[in-house]
Amino acid sequence: MNDIVDVLIIGSGASGAAVAYSLAETKMRILCLEQGDWIKQSDFPSNGRDWEARRYGDFDTSPNKRGRLTDYPVNDDNSIMKVANFNGVGGGTIVYTAHWPRMHPSDFRVRSLDGIADDWPIDYRTLEPFYVENDRMMGVSGLAGDPAFPPRYPAMPPVPLGKTGTRYAQAMNKLGWHWWPSDTTVATTEYEGRAPCINLGHCTPGCAQGAKASTDITYWPHALRAGVELRTRCRVKEITTNEHGMASGAIYYDADGIEHFQPAEVVIMACNGVGTPRLLLNSASSRFPNGLANSSGLVGKNLMLHPWPMVVGYTDERVDGDHAPMTSLWSKEFYETDPSRGFVRGYMLQFSRGTGVVNEAITSAAAGRLPWGKDHHRVYRDLVYRRLMIGVACEDLPEEHNRVTLDPVLKDSNGIPAAKIDYTISENTRRMMEHGIARAEEILTVAGATNISASRTLLNYPGHLLGTARMGTDPDRSVVNEWGRSHDVKNLFIVDGSIWVTSGGVNPTSTIQALALYIADQIKQRLATLFD
Amino acid sequence: MPETGLSPSETRDLRILAGIMIPASEEFGVPGADDAAIFADIVGSLGRDHAHVRAALGQFSAMSGGGFSGLEEAAGLLLTQGGPAVGTLGRVILQCYYRDDRVIRSLGLEPRPPFPKGHTLEQGDWSLLDPVRARPKMWRDAP
Repeated sequence: MNDIVDVLIIGSGASGAAVAYSLAETKMRILCLEQGDWIKQSDFPSNGRDWEARRYGDFDTSPNKRGRLTDYPVNDDNSIMKVANFNGVGGGTIVYTAHWPRMHPSDFRVRSLDGIADDWPIDYRTLEPFYVENDRMMGVSGLAGDPAFPPRYPAMPPVPLGKTGTRYAQAMNKLGWHWWPSDTTVATTEYEGRAPCINLGHCTPGCAQGAKASTDITYWPHALRAGVELRTRCRVKEITTNEHGMASGAIYYDADGIEHFQPAEVVIMACNGVGTPRLLLNSASSRFPNGLANSSGLVGKNLMLHPWPMVVGYTDERVDGDHAPMTSLWSKEFYETDPSRGFVRGYMLQFSRGTGVVNEAITSAAAGRLPWGKDHHRVYRDLVYRRLMIGVACEDLPEEHNRVTLDPVLKDSNGIPAAKIDYTISENTRRMMEHGIARAEEILTVAGATNISASRTLLNYPGHLLGTARMGTDPDRSVVNEWGRSHDVKNLFIVDGSIWVTSGGVNPTSTIQALALYIADQIKQRLATLFD
Repeated sequence: MPETGLSPSETRDLRILAGIMIPASEEFGVPGADDAAIFADIVGSLGRDHAHVRAALGQFSAMSGGGFSGLEEAAGLLLTQGGPAVGTLGRVILQCYYRDDRVIRSLGLEPRPPFPKGHTLEQGDWSLLDPVRARPKMWRDAP
């Protein structure tokens, strides 16, 4: 049996890395179990000529399509949106776009301000210092002064506008609508040992230059130097409990399929909004027959995935294509609630650059824009490097019927029951989507684009996994308390996107990590009374 | 079964389909997807897509009656019908076709991986932000 550790963290991605780094200063014995591998920069697709094809292979964002030995399958047949993740050191930050908005203050007070869903038990002001600390650790490029958001001060200048951003900016000014260069964790100057961006293309399938912040190159080097142990190729099967109803450790399989038990004083789950409920439900026992930490019955429920329509148009000249990071600008013009729009809450517009040669062909053929046969070449030349693309990042509200359960049949390669997703898009969100699509079409038209079309639910995109073990002060209405500790198991914490109460309309990684740092800080402040 | 995992008749059908889907063009100075080098890349890259591609070829074979007559018509029917297998077939052909040096050059691009040379992105005119900077605060305060 392994020696007991003080803190066992499950998952080394966005939140697991942040909590490991923050707790390292306590000098407790901290171990992180990660089911994936370290990914070397030389492994990333942009090193080779097949780099676009690998986005549909070993760097696909869907675990079902990627199918690495280190992945676990997810049954998402009953969901219009699919799950996106990555299993490896760095987790989802390996394949995220590095778009870096924070939640707005109003996002934490949805019930109070808009009369729907629930308020968070914490607010923006509470998280703000942890956003700042996280920005320093991840390294943020952007521009201060955005009137749509409380003041923040990115350390590096924004990614250049380029031809694409200029088109968007001119159009938005004509319309009189808000825009701002996106905050991003793509380094635009040298930063903490990271080289600046040299525009290798879209950042989603990892960055061979190391300019994109992923936690394997930001938090983990610090945490490891501070004494945290990170053990890869360890897939946790179950969190165990003792006779007192406390977590006693975890059972995991190593790379050879050998089962081990790792005892621990504290267990912290950082497995994302699907992995965490899956593991809790797989940890059912006679004391916890409905799954661990599930006396509320809410483990797995209220799954939020962020519906994200994508509107595409084509210009009469070449723009940036994929010769730059995907992220360009954002607009918060329609972010805050305006009842006259016919829905509550709102959305962010994310202005993207175009796409690469292969991806243009594949997506346009799939959309019916690019014919086969004699007209193929002529039409293709009117598409390639001419694409403008606006994403509509819609707030997804919590609904209990949207959920993660255990699939009765599907299992991973170690025989652990897989997660099953049931998910539909609400009527409020559908109205929001249509409003956003119409605005994006207006923008593209003013930007001089033609051949405009919208994809209402882009498969595998973005797959933000939120809400399935929500935080709150009421044990009947939440899984963890206001500082991330399970209501039921007092040495079990959750720090990933599962604990979100509502989803906001922004990419979540910045807030996921700020929450993880906040919870780590709460743990450090309460060490003497942590289990009271 | 050869190393490609395709039978001779499947290999033949795949090449026929590739040439129908993306024919050579004198106007644009590009080979078709049935070009020897491109086709070798396609069959060598089937990998995880092998089963779907074989399924699409099976559909094609059934539609064409296994013979050479009516291939164009059968291909048209197959591609119109769509589905996961046909979608995969199209992707496999496209991802190999659009990494061929001759094709990439015909588009005015350099045939190379992005790393390590990268690309240049023009800075743009940041004075475009001036009217946005002048806007009043837009976010809602929260209680």
